Amino acid sequence: MSKKSDLKKASLPVNPDGDKATNVIREIMSASFTRVILSIVLGFAIGAIFMILFNEDVVATYETFFSNPGDTFMASLKVLADGYGGLLKGAIFNPEGRDLVAMFRPITETFRLAAPLIMAGLGIALTFRVGLFNIGATGQIVMGLAGATWISTRVDLPYGIHMVVAVIVAIICAALWGAVVGLLKARTGAHEVIVTIMLNYVALNFFTWLLRTPELLLEANGGGTPKSDPPADTAMLPTLFGDMYKIHIGIFFAVAAAFIYWLLMDRSAIGYRFKMVGHNMSAARAAGIKVESTFIWAMAVSAAFAGLAAANQGLSETGGITTSINANIGFDAITVALLGGNSAKGIFAAGLLFGAFKAGSPAMQVAGVSPEILGVVQALIVLFIAAPPLIKAFFRLPEPEVK
Amino acid sequence: MFKKTNSDAATAASSKIEVTPAMFSSAPVKVSAKTGLVMAFFTLLVLLAFGVYGSPKGVTFQLNEAGTWLSVPDFTVSSNAFSLLLGGILGFVTLASTALTIANRPTPMWLSLFFGLVGATSLLAWLAAGASVPLPFILSNAVVLAVPIILGALGGVMSERVGVVNIAIEGQLLTGAFVAAVVGSLTDNLWLGLITAAIASALLSMSLASLAIKYLVDQIIIGVLINVLVIGVTNFLYSQWLAGDGKNSNFPGTFEIVKIPVLSDIPIIGEALFANRVTVYITLLLVPLVWFMLFRTKLGLRARAVGEHPLAADTVGINVARTRFWWVTAGGAIAGIGGAALTIGNVGAFGREMSGGLGFIALAVVILGRWQPFYVSAAALLFGFAIIMRIWANQVSPGIPTDFITMVPYLVTLIAVAGFAGKVKPPAASGQPYSKS
Repeated sequence: MSKKSDLKKASLPVNPDGDKATNVIREIMSASFTRVILSIVLGFAIGAIFMILFNEDVVATYETFFSNPGDTFMASLKVLADGYGGLLKGAIFNPEGRDLVAMFRPITETFRLAAPLIMAGLGIALTFRVGLFNIGATGQIVMGLAGATWISTRVDLPYGIHMVVAVIVAIICAALWGAVVGLLKARTGAHEVIVTIMLNYVALNFFTWLLRTPELLLEANGGGTPKSDPPADTAMLPTLFGDMYKIHIGIFFAVAAAFIYWLLMDRSAIGYRFKMVGHNMSAARAAGIKVESTFIWAMAVSAAFAGLAAANQGLSETGGITTSINANIGFDAITVALLGGNSAKGIFAAGLLFGAFKAGSPAMQVAGVSPEILGVVQALIVLFIAAPPLIKAFFRLPEPEVK
Repeated sequence: MFKKTNSDAATAASSKIEVTPAMFSSAPVKVSAKTGLVMAFFTLLVLLAFGVYGSPKGVTFQLNEAGTWLSVPDFTVSSNAFSLLLGGILGFVTLASTALTIANRPTPMWLSLFFGLVGATSLLAWLAAGASVPLPFILSNAVVLAVPIILGALGGVMSERVGVVNIAIEGQLLTGAFVAAVVGSLTDNLWLGLITAAIASALLSMSLASLAIKYLVDQIIIGVLINVLVIGVTNFLYSQWLAGDGKNSNFPGTFEIVKIPVLSDIPIIGEALFANRVTVYITLLLVPLVWFMLFRTKLGLRARAVGEHPLAADTVGINVARTRFWWVTAGGAIAGIGGAALTIGNVGAFGREMSGGLGFIALAVVILGRWQPFYVSAAALLFGFAIIMRIWANQVSPGIPTDFITMVPYLVTLIAVAGFAGKVKPPAASGQPYSKS
């Protein structure tokens, strides 16, 4: 691994005159393991400061701070133990569980919640590598959800086939929606950031309309709220351990998606073309690559990953589908891709970390610490990764030698 | 066609100087016919859907509050006849635009705006067939809803004009909203809340500016991350602090509504513009002020030079980094006031993620308004109008798929960025870092 990545780095030097976006992305990709770890540590540390500063119990000890500073110290420690302890209990292993099944539930939840983040994160990373900035995963996921919900609630198919068809339709719907972005970018030069943001809103409103309309997706006996029936049993993603845990085969989809991503980007001619456009568009064009159609294909493939995430969400929900089921995955995926450094392994790991954040949130809430702090930690970690000067200044790291 | 898009796409991402055919020949560049096509489409839509297939029921336009100094009586017309008339006007505008295109001249912005205004009126007439249209009510709500978008977009204009892409408007609005509500409650002084909101948002912009300008971190990435960070911090503080202690820390109230005599009695627009809160008046002052600064002062000329061609600006002795830094910071302060308008200028308390995507709308508005404060304000009003339309349309004619009305501004923005409403040309160096070396 290390040898290969060295080779890769050597053959792709940072080009000072090159495309600035790809230079930054390359910088992120080449982020050393140490820097990633330092960023994570620093993110958690600043999160801890927030937790302590705004905790009622700690604030209560401020009055006696000078006569009895130990109280403040102990109260602060307790908050940290409650907060991050709760996170571990909710995301990894719960030693207070009633039985073994309950003790191991947290880790299965982490994997379950990480799966869609990984899939959508791979999609975002793909566009980063082509030099596009795709904020549209939300819209693509929503369109995928629309397709999956239609098949899973309005079409009767036998067990197994139903689920497969629903997944495929979700992928196709999302990919088409993504291709629109590529088409607009290629044909008119419209900036993909604006196009994707606008298409997110269009998709959300369109999906709401579908969910509101009785002939389309509204649940049977539905009222005024836009909500569909839960997917038919035949279309549900099968769970891995029966009723014991909620985790379903979505995590295998995520593994497969990561493998396909690696195959596509590092082992195929298409991926080579994608990366070449991302590195230097003019050179790619001079070499005979059709840059415009590359944009369209890259956006479609990227959105297909988002569509898989949509299938994961839409075909595992037992309470009926609403627009909120996209659960902000589209935006979290951006942070996953940035933290994961656009490599399949990195994204898988980053997805697991942020999946753990989601899984641990309820336990933190129970422990009396607002789990929203994890959003801060998440943003800080990626900020430190994306802005190397920050972390370098903080830890006085030496300049990397390979440039 | 394809040649042109090639060079467009290339300049979007590379820092090289754009090489256009115009550099090598004096042959005129052809004006695109797309604008006329889009106008023709909407004209047909109005004529057919609202006119021919519209309802013949009467619709009453209420132009001002009853019993004012300059009272204009309501007028009632038949919904579909009125739409046919408006469709006719739209047809004329379309013809005018087409004639301009044939003469190889671009359609002026004010003509497009007029087109939009007439189209919106026919939508109102169609929706309210058999009922009445309370124009003062709709407009004043549209203005109040548009204020945060206008101010956020003004901040965006100021930062993009000097060449820094500002995706963090959402974060700036949210910061302003939060700080205004909290400081306003704690000190019981709304003005202090307003000022601190501007300062807090300016500080946030300074971090964006220094990371983008000094450390050359990618501007889009840093903007997205600032948004995520601000959402995280405000969510955390809201649930950990404000939710439990709302009476003391999140109960600022709102500015009083100040009625300006005489002016507020003007039919149609008086109620909206001159019987409102101080945040609206600040906006009314800031829009022309920013326009004046940008286009009529030496300071603005320098700023625009930095945004168009930093190397040239540097050569004539303008400090590129410093200019960018202070314009982005000032823009952030204005966006912060926009955020304050959400809490102490409208709702009266802070709510989780209450900016709800307005910052992203502002981003679109910057482009739709072509980086020009007055056009930007008009574009923001379109969004404000669409938001209130959805609420009002639900009441006046239930059953209409309001989701499509909400979609309209987003689609209009898409049409605009895709070049269907004339060529959109951003400041040439927007998004590109500049380092002396």
